[in-house]
Amino acid sequence: MREIGDKAVAGFRQSVQETIPALRRYARALTRDAELADDLVQDTLVRALRSEHLFHGGDVRSWLYTILTNLNRNRLRALSRRPTVMTIEDNDAPDASGPEGGARDIERALATLVDDQRTALLLVVLEGLSYREVAEVQGVPIGTVMSRLARARAQIKTYLDGQRPMLRRIK
Amino acid sequence: MVDRDSPVTPDELHAYIDGELPADRHGAVEAWLASHPEDAVQVEQWRTQADAIRSRYGAVVSEPVPKRLELNQIILKQRRPWRAVAAAAVVALMLGGAGGWVARGMALPVPAAPAGVDAFTAEALNAHRLYTVEVRHPVEVTGAERAHLVQWLSKRLDRPLRAPDLEPMGLTLIGGRLLPGPTGGPTAFFMYENPNGERFTIYCMPSQAQDAALHYKAAEKVAAFYWVDRRVAYVVSGPAERKRLWDIAKASYDQLDRTNTAPRSGG
Repeated sequence: MREIGDKAVAGFRQSVQETIPALRRYARALTRDAELADDLVQDTLVRALRSEHLFHGGDVRSWLYTILTNLNRNRLRALSRRPTVMTIEDNDAPDASGPEGGARDIERALATLVDDQRTALLLVVLEGLSYREVAEVQGVPIGTVMSRLARARAQIKTYLDGQRPMLRRIK
Repeated sequence: MVDRDSPVTPDELHAYIDGELPADRHGAVEAWLASHPEDAVQVEQWRTQADAIRSRYGAVVSEPVPKRLELNQIILKQRRPWRAVAAAAVVALMLGGAGGWVARGMALPVPAAPAGVDAFTAEALNAHRLYTVEVRHPVEVTGAERAHLVQWLSKRLDRPLRAPDLEPMGLTLIGGRLLPGPTGGPTAFFMYENPNGERFTIYCMPSQAQDAALHYKAAEKVAAFYWVDRRVAYVVSGPAERKRLWDIAKASYDQLDRTNTAPRSGG
């Protein structure tokens, strides 16, 4: 009593397969930790395949991004029960020295974002999803996506500006 | 037709660099940026941020995909559940049973209720979290087809099920899904919604566990009442407000109990 034919299954799996590298990129930027990122991708794939029979067409890629985004949100919720997460200490301040400085800065800047804002920004900027697709992934109206983007960009700017000694002193 | 004075909103500036701006506004935005240097600097900064993100993470797509993420590996593991069970058991022991869905399969060697109940309650809460946030596809069969939904899920679980009528509590049945349970068997999942958009779910799974009365389990922002009745385990999940959830769980319990007084075969 299969609900979708073998051909549909093959097409579905092929779409999933093709999305794996992009999912890894998205997860890496979300978590900034290669192992953790691949754990998330693995959980996403397991869930997707388990729910294969529930999939009745539509955009496989958006669906995978949705699962990964939800799993990551659950992970952060579980983490947030511990009090020590995401306190921004002095030694977390931007470090512009050396050629790696820029890459480290953007990584740390992303770490200071609220999860929903980071998710929206990465889906648009890194994954190239449209505002409409991001709205579906996050389950919110497009206007909310746009305000998350705006706040994310403002926060990154504030963080990066912090590397100017003058501004750091004020803080 | 470029109107230099046409006001450009901050949203349009974001849309402009994200390729979301309607074509007929490009001219207006470009003219605006030419005459508003502060905005032009800001847009340039946003572009620089985006470039930094892409240059930091873009190369990940060219890395070789680790073996554990190959679809064939994942499919293979699903077909040989004993391996996953063994692995999950080890992980669950290390995590002290707190691992939620990783604990699937733990119920098998333990006849007493607690271990199995924990696993299906955790799974039910995961399903609740995963699907209640879905906007487009929260359910597979909608509440409009209630009779078909209940009949279909009853058939798949091989026992008579019922979607409780929670309208008196202001909850409308959105619909339901068939889900794989913690031990891989079929599980029925019903979703309800109140006028505020809050969602409650009922998860029903065939279980060997002994009958158990209503128990409460709170997670982060969601909580559940679970019970076991005549070889079906039920979990009612919703926002973590004990009193309200209790009322809903109790109403469901009463209705489902009545249904099950007419059991089929040995079930």
